[in-house]
Amino acid sequence: MARAVTPRRKALNTFAAWLIGLIIFFPILWIFVLSFKTEGNAILPPLDVLRAPWTFESYGIVQDRSDYFKHFGNSVILAFGSTLLGLIIAVPAAWAMAFVPGKRTKDILMWMLSTKMLPAVGVLYPIYLMFIKLGLLDSRIGLVIVLMLINLPIIVWMLYTYFREIPGEILEAARMDGATLREEILYVLTPMALPGMASTVLLNVILAWNEAFWTLNLTAAKAAPLTAFIASYSSPEGLFYAKLSAASVMAIAPILIMGWFSQKQLVRGLTFGAVK
Amino acid sequence: MATQHSRSAARLMMAPAVTLLLGWMLIPLSMTLFFSFRKYLPMRPDIAQEWVGFDNYVRFVTSSSFWPSIQATLIIVGGVLAITVVLGIALALLLSQEMWGRGIVRVLVIAPFFVMPTVTALLWKNMFMDPVNGFFAHILKAVGLTPIEFLSQHTLLSLIVIVAWQWLPFATLILLTATQSLDAEQLEAAEMDGAPWVSRFLWIMLPHLARAITVVILIQTIFLLGIFAEILVTTQGAFGSRTLTYLIYQRVLESQNVGLGSAGGVYAIILANIVAIFLMRIVGKNLDT
Amino acid sequence: MGQIKLNQVSKSFGTVEVIPPLDLTIENGEFVVFVGPSGCGKSTLLRLIAGLEDVTSGHVMIDGVDATSIPPAKRGLAMVFQSYALYPHMSVRKNIAFPLRMAGLDKAEQDRRVRQAAEVLNLTDYLDRRPGQLSGGQRQRVAIGRAIVREPKAFLFDEPLSNLDAALRVGMRLEISELHKRLKTTMIYVTHDQVEAMTMADKIVVLQAGVIEQVGSPLELYQRPRNTFVAGFIGSPKMNLIGGAEAEKHGAATIGIRPEHIDINEKDGLWQGTVGVSEHLGSDTFFHIQCGVSPEPITVRATGEKAFEYGAKVHLTPRPEHLHRFDAKGLRIA
Repeated sequence: MARAVTPRRKALNTFAAWLIGLIIFFPILWIFVLSFKTEGNAILPPLDVLRAPWTFESYGIVQDRSDYFKHFGNSVILAFGSTLLGLIIAVPAAWAMAFVPGKRTKDILMWMLSTKMLPAVGVLYPIYLMFIKLGLLDSRIGLVIVLMLINLPIIVWMLYTYFREIPGEILEAARMDGATLREEILYVLTPMALPGMASTVLLNVILAWNEAFWTLNLTAAKAAPLTAFIASYSSPEGLFYAKLSAASVMAIAPILIMGWFSQKQLVRGLTFGAVK
Repeated sequence: MATQHSRSAARLMMAPAVTLLLGWMLIPLSMTLFFSFRKYLPMRPDIAQEWVGFDNYVRFVTSSSFWPSIQATLIIVGGVLAITVVLGIALALLLSQEMWGRGIVRVLVIAPFFVMPTVTALLWKNMFMDPVNGFFAHILKAVGLTPIEFLSQHTLLSLIVIVAWQWLPFATLILLTATQSLDAEQLEAAEMDGAPWVSRFLWIMLPHLARAITVVILIQTIFLLGIFAEILVTTQGAFGSRTLTYLIYQRVLESQNVGLGSAGGVYAIILANIVAIFLMRIVGKNLDT
Repeated sequence: MGQIKLNQVSKSFGTVEVIPPLDLTIENGEFVVFVGPSGCGKSTLLRLIAGLEDVTSGHVMIDGVDATSIPPAKRGLAMVFQSYALYPHMSVRKNIAFPLRMAGLDKAEQDRRVRQAAEVLNLTDYLDRRPGQLSGGQRQRVAIGRAIVREPKAFLFDEPLSNLDAALRVGMRLEISELHKRLKTTMIYVTHDQVEAMTMADKIVVLQAGVIEQVGSPLELYQRPRNTFVAGFIGSPKMNLIGGAEAEKHGAATIGIRPEHIDINEKDGLWQGTVGVSEHLGSDTFFHIQCGVSPEPITVRATGEKAFEYGAKVHLTPRPEHLHRFDAKGLRIA
């Protein structure tokens, strides 16, 4: 739609879009505001909240009292650990499917996708039982494996679509130029696939960071990531608005920033290439 | 490029991923299936484990909580789908227009999707829907109305709002992507043919978006059938908010009636598969192109 | 050296036989063009020679050595791809040097050869740019540069000009011909454009459905097409092919006459017709004339000055010495 629009029309669009955008974003903005107020001021009517003095107090309290950093550390380990492990397993598989497609490649991809659609609650008890038997309950390694497995289909799919965008002729050219398979992967494929791999990592870190079924059901105190930590505020401490807000802001800020960089990959990763 | 040598190498490279996913799918699935035919209450050692045939399946659907849970599930899924699809189309069309600061608006609209479910639930429950100190309560009081107890009196509606807020960005983003692939010349041709705005929307935009809309509906349905944290944090299944997923969770982990819960799990798997088949068909078609 | 010989080479994808067994010899230093409509198997044939596809049966001999099971890199051939297949993350210099780097040549020798190739191809000013910053023609030259630095036994070109616009295509055509004259290396060139085939080739191989229809010099193909397919494919505008009663008069199932071998005037001639569309190219004029002898309009090529009104009655006379006769199977009658 390269056609020029009238300035009036553009102003109207701008106004409407910003209004709606701000309404949608408002809840996040509001906890951001509340997190900089004292507990007493945070429960005042909105206008009084805004007029109340700003303070960092809540952030300090959250860190002192509740081991925020332990949970943050767990989240980092779970999100990055599961993504990295998934990447190691998915890269060869996606490479093979993209560049040496066989008769069954499509079926395998579809089947992988279908494992993603298995409702978690349907296998809750078996996994729970296995975790108990293997002593994995409330352990980070157990969760890393589970989160890796639930995101593996997405990682394979995303890498597959990125790899497939690399023209086969380029790899053939490398082969004609005398590159061995190792050199082909090292000098040609990897540099070309790097942006796609980075996007895949980004999206999967986000998904693992926010995962809130297994992280809630398979952890207690030791391995609990931020999802479980925040859930523990649910009552009656939930009435401490300022602290809750501060904890929430810290839990979502890093991922919100990563998320803004991954808008495009989100579509690719979550629709399995069905929408372009 | 497909030579014999590379084929066997390819098979080797796929093996770890395929094996792991196969194990991840088959082992728990067969265990669930196994438990679903057993009487199994691990917290009650006095009750012996035994085969009970389809007893659990029958008891699950005939229990007084089954139909309400199906109803709650359908209302929540349907309500969220309706809101996100309609608003998603509107937002996608708006955001594809010329404006100042489109990038920033996009960022604002997408943000809720990246908020972890437990934070979403807590922030709506306490900061907005709380009948005493919540944002809405303050607003209602300011205009002289009585605050509403959202989560206990309008439970499903409140949950729909919370979940829709979380998923609207997803619908918008996908529909926006689809909007951008629409050929501007097609719209201009329609304009030259004398089609007014409404007709252009109905006959060109909407059909173009049809597939994206279907994908949004299917993917969201699969995720929405499984929403858990939002309910755990807000109502814990009270006030008629016990969805199928939550009901099964309660049977399995809270009351530790594993046999009954597993039968419910099998129902949930079947339900998700029905939706999945349609989604896979669309994805599969796209894979050929 | 660079003699390439195909012995009973065939290729099947699954149960589909794309190329039935065929024999072909390409002599050292020849410029051979594989031409045919899309899907005729010409690219597949090239890829079999390159080693990018396995042959289903038969042998590929390079300089008398059986290369059938030698991997592509070791065959000593260089290929220029349709999409150019440049490495987008490397500078022009690195792109051209890549095969030398893979061959383990030392840095100084790499540099020397790259500079030499860049000079030949007018790329010296662009050596530090990325492929994305180059025009189509420049990218094409980089791809050729990457091929020539290896000093291969033969160059393989897979429709290298099809992504360029018309003006550039003519220029690059000349450059590649020039390169061949200078290097005197064997070149195998795949195209669907018969003009490219006619202008560049020493030897043309016309393919259809994986079968070689005819092999010969451009003039041989033009003057003595072996069958109706080659007759219709080579030459522009196309040869007029006429069947029915008119062909029977000459004892053939089909007769062919090229547009440039028909005389046209208003007074008298063998065939009478009505002028349809005229295309004026300046140097030439093509008339499309509806005639009783064939349901298709007959194309006539005349000098630029000739002009007839749309709908004018004219007479055509084919020159008998240029008449081609084909039998019921479409084969040329000697």
